[in-house]
Amino acid sequence: MADTKTVAPKEGPATQFWNWLTETQVWTSVFRHDRPDTDRNRVLVMLSNVFLHLHPVRIRKSGVKLRYTWCMGGLSFFLFLSLTLTGLLLMFYYRPTLEYAYTDIVGLREHVPLGIMREMHRWGAHAMVITVWLHMFRVFMTGSYKPPREFNWSIGVIMLVLTLLLSFTGYLLPWDQLAIWAITVGSNMARATPFLGYEGPGAQLLRLGDVPLIHAADDARFALLGGTFVGEGALLRFYVLHCVGLPLGIAVLMAVHFWRVRKDGGISGPM
Amino acid sequence: MGFIKGAFNQIADPRLFFLLAVGALLLAVWKREAVASNAVGYGMLALLGVFFVFGTFDANFRLIVTKPDNVPIVGLIFLLLFFVWYSIREGVLNDRRIAAGNGPIEKAESDRVWVWPDLVYTELISLILCSVVLIVWSILLKAPLEQPANPANTPNPSKAPWYFLGLQEMLVYFDPWLAGVVLPGLIIVGLICIPYVDKNPKGNGYYTFTERKAEITIFLFGFAVLWASLIVLGTFLRGPNWNFFGPFEYWDIHKLAALTNVNLSEYVWVRGLRTSYPSLYLVRELPGIILVLFYVMALPVILAKSLFKGYFEKLGAPRYYVTAFLFLMMLSLPLKMLARWIFNLKYIVAIPEIFFNI
Repeated sequence: MADTKTVAPKEGPATQFWNWLTETQVWTSVFRHDRPDTDRNRVLVMLSNVFLHLHPVRIRKSGVKLRYTWCMGGLSFFLFLSLTLTGLLLMFYYRPTLEYAYTDIVGLREHVPLGIMREMHRWGAHAMVITVWLHMFRVFMTGSYKPPREFNWSIGVIMLVLTLLLSFTGYLLPWDQLAIWAITVGSNMARATPFLGYEGPGAQLLRLGDVPLIHAADDARFALLGGTFVGEGALLRFYVLHCVGLPLGIAVLMAVHFWRVRKDGGISGPM
Repeated sequence: MGFIKGAFNQIADPRLFFLLAVGALLLAVWKREAVASNAVGYGMLALLGVFFVFGTFDANFRLIVTKPDNVPIVGLIFLLLFFVWYSIREGVLNDRRIAAGNGPIEKAESDRVWVWPDLVYTELISLILCSVVLIVWSILLKAPLEQPANPANTPNPSKAPWYFLGLQEMLVYFDPWLAGVVLPGLIIVGLICIPYVDKNPKGNGYYTFTERKAEITIFLFGFAVLWASLIVLGTFLRGPNWNFFGPFEYWDIHKLAALTNVNLSEYVWVRGLRTSYPSLYLVRELPGIILVLFYVMALPVILAKSLFKGYFEKLGAPRYYVTAFLFLMMLSLPLKMLARWIFNLKYIVAIPEIFFNI
């Protein structure tokens, strides 16, 4: 009898471990396909992961080039995620009351060794304003707002406003001189709103006999500040808007924005 | 050295600053073939870098530029200069390809690649780089924290957050109801309107300049000159009492600026007709009201029949009038600036009785 024994290639312990691991019930319940190094698995990896599923399977070559996209939309989204995370951590230590707001920030500054959460939150917010502007600038310069993407541009404009409002409401929270005076200057504009602000044109016309309908204690600025000056009401209002209201709004619009990018044919390119 | 600083202080004066910004934009658009070269782009960045390095040796300059919240705006200046130049350059390169019959580069790159790995890895690397930049920035620069809030102690100057300083700068020329409410509202409405009034089918999905000359020039004027450069002006060059200070000038709280501004009604009644004001404010402000109504209602019609005839025919009446209105509203700021600088004009219509000043 001839010796027909074939010699299997020697498997190192790492390969053996990998083979064992990827066949366990736990692994196969999470990953439904092999590593994405074949065309089939590159499709599957996109379709079987909810986060990757935001992407298409294949994309224009120009769409992955920094030269074309500048990556500004992606960076805006990443900065938003980073701001959500650092903001969440800050919320553990910050109380939005006149008594505690400032001292809690001082505590974050003085009592946390090597703490950079507040810095990451503040600089991330400034950076996000800039990346959103540059993203819109890129979209304009490549004509990507043109049909069929008109509506997505409009959504983007609303998200720009929400980004600025998020940054503006957050500006008040440290409750230092920088904060209240910046918000005072900004919110003073609201009292000049035509008809709705008590120093706005036309507000005097809204009166019942001698009773003015629009005055300092019920005009647009009062609604914004929850008071006639930047005080406790404003702090609470801005805190709630900053941490809950505006992020929820922008998250919903982001979902619409990304979905529309896919529906309108993916990243823009010449027809 | 003092002479150079003095020259910069002169150039930074709002009047010269604004005219130079407009001139720079027009030059960049007109001479875009030359601007598109790497030497010009990176040369400009290098010059700007040299200016900031040179500036930091000056105590006054250092004080304002290194204020923690102003550091991002220094970054913004560099980023904005780079990306404006870069987008013009990409447009010029594509225009050359189109002229040679090759189509834009994006057309040549329209075949598909796999998102995994090509895009996913690009995203991962960007994410890591962005995190590194953010963390290093956070370690190097402390977030600002001033004295506790004190409603009884107003700082001078009181400034809005930096991204609203362009609007705060508009307060020099317009009352709050315009500068703080109506015009910002129109900026938002105008941005939303862009895709609906722009009927040019060309330039969709690739960089180009020649196929979209007017659109791009107007947008650059609004974004780079009006929005961004007024932010820079409001941040770095406006000091106590919102007076102008050069980049190398000490923020002297006692600096005096003569208030010599005059309303249009005074020009007409007092100086022109040499009479006193009519008692009825509608009559008193009639010249200004007519001027504003002419600007808003009649000028678009006149332009449709003359200068913008081509646009009127191309866009159709509804799109044309929306565009013309928004365009004139945008131009109202530089026009009011010029009126202020040349005629010391304060208000065109001044009815403080009902807070209605234009």
